[in-house]
Amino acid sequence: MVEHPLIEKWASQIASITLGACKSEGGSRSKILNIGGQNTLPLLFKEGKIPNPPRIAFEVWDQAPGDWPVELVNALGKNILDPFKWAEYCVKECQAELLCVKLVSFHPDYGNKQPELAGKFIKDLLKRVEVPLIIIGCGDHAVDNSILPIVSEAAKGERCLIGSALQDNYKTLVASVLADGHSIVAESPIDVNIAKQLNILISDMGLSLERIVINPTIGALGYGLEYAYSIMERARLAALSGDKTLACPFICFAGQEAWRANEAKLSPQHGIIWETITASALIQAGADILVIRHPSAAEKLNKHIKNLFS
Amino acid sequence: MFIIGELINGMYPVIAKAIIDKDKAVIQQYALKQVACGASALDINCGPASRQPLIDMPWLIETVQDVTNLTLCLDSSKISVIEAGLKAAKNKTIINSTTADKDKLNIIIPLALKYNSSLIGLAMSAKGIPQNKDQRLELAAEIITACLESGFPVENLYLDPILMPVNVAQAQLKDILESIHEFKFISQPSPKTVVGLSNISQGTNSRNLINRSFLTMAIAYGLDSAILDPLDNQLLDALITAELIMNKNIYCASYLDAYRKK
Repeated sequence: MVEHPLIEKWASQIASITLGACKSEGGSRSKILNIGGQNTLPLLFKEGKIPNPPRIAFEVWDQAPGDWPVELVNALGKNILDPFKWAEYCVKECQAELLCVKLVSFHPDYGNKQPELAGKFIKDLLKRVEVPLIIIGCGDHAVDNSILPIVSEAAKGERCLIGSALQDNYKTLVASVLADGHSIVAESPIDVNIAKQLNILISDMGLSLERIVINPTIGALGYGLEYAYSIMERARLAALSGDKTLACPFICFAGQEAWRANEAKLSPQHGIIWETITASALIQAGADILVIRHPSAAEKLNKHIKNLFS
Repeated sequence: MFIIGELINGMYPVIAKAIIDKDKAVIQQYALKQVACGASALDINCGPASRQPLIDMPWLIETVQDVTNLTLCLDSSKISVIEAGLKAAKNKTIINSTTADKDKLNIIIPLALKYNSSLIGLAMSAKGIPQNKDQRLELAAEIITACLESGFPVENLYLDPILMPVNVAQAQLKDILESIHEFKFISQPSPKTVVGLSNISQGTNSRNLINRSFLTMAIAYGLDSAILDPLDNQLLDALITAELIMNKNIYCASYLDAYRKK
């Protein structure tokens, strides 16, 4: 008897988003990256097309983090003291193709820098590295509403990914991103209903669903990873079945969550393992961008992705 | 839910007049209004008063597909009128409809195959309208068998259990609901199911309420598609909410608007 494999066919596909703009397009990046565009579940290569592998973004802060585990600080060395050197180290030494810059120093509790300085910082950073940028605010709503419009304008035409838009704080950022040609990170608290609602609110303001990347919020291995996985899976199944409001790529802050785990601090190797395992599970769940902290974890993940996609 | 908008039908005086006057604007306005309210397809019926359906049907098809690329549901009991519509159609089509009678199936299934059209099969025959669930299932099975024998893909077949008015055949409605569920088990892949919703409330004075109550229940029995008035806002709200409860869509605060926009 001939066996016919059951091949699932989906009605829809995930939006394809370009990060970065080359000189010919009005930006200054040497290379651009595409994410999303798949019309099947993660890694089911026989069931559809998956034009882009998951991308690793190296997390860089605009000031030295005060509370990172020793292993992380040691791995990054003195670079961590200067955000530009840190960014250059990631690109030149670790072959980062994407950076995720967090503007921590503007937070009232961690530096309280003047909002006006944010524009210059981003302009300088764009001169020092030529990879596409993800730019994330400090997490304080009021401060982010003053610095992110400045940052967005400073990076106008560079097609960055800027975040984060939240259900109760999205209008200012959406307006800026819309005006300056960037894409947006829409963050929801491990809640598919809010993820969908926020995407609708953002698209109602005129920003296309094809310029939204969902941050579903994730938990590390042992800290809610399965729940995050199920939320991502549910959103992806709905998206592929035709729900355009959820058909956006995912960004997952795997490094941030993994290094918070107690187990990550048990030995120098534990943290790297925790970050790598957390991120590789998120690849299975459908992550399109993984924001990673440790260069060795990034290296392992890039190898893993290469194996999966070859 | 695959919503087939019912409003372009010559039994409505405004449409009948537009057909006689060849007033494209009126037809197109009705097409676009239904699209805006969430229709997935549009039923096209010249109506009983049309004296020249072989001309009116293609004219309606051309008029509607000038403004939308939605699927068109060619609604006529006359095979020649359906074929005239199929010839004119560039959009996807559904033939509405065939009965379970062999002589009719032998003509309409090849026609559907020739024009790559979907097909609505009514669970009734020249003998009349079935009186219970078993008769409905038997007629449905005859239609499915004819499709399988001709190589017509069953997933493109929409089976209609024949919805009866509540004031005529109240005792049959539970059987009709169960038929919607059980049609799915006749073959693998399953056929789709459809009802002409407004039949249920013919001659009653609470038409909208009866329509939306039945639709909600039919969705719970797994109904795939309905021919209905998409401009009835409360009906659409009930439909969307029933599908939400069946876990067909993901909830969000503005789920009613989100559904209509997609």
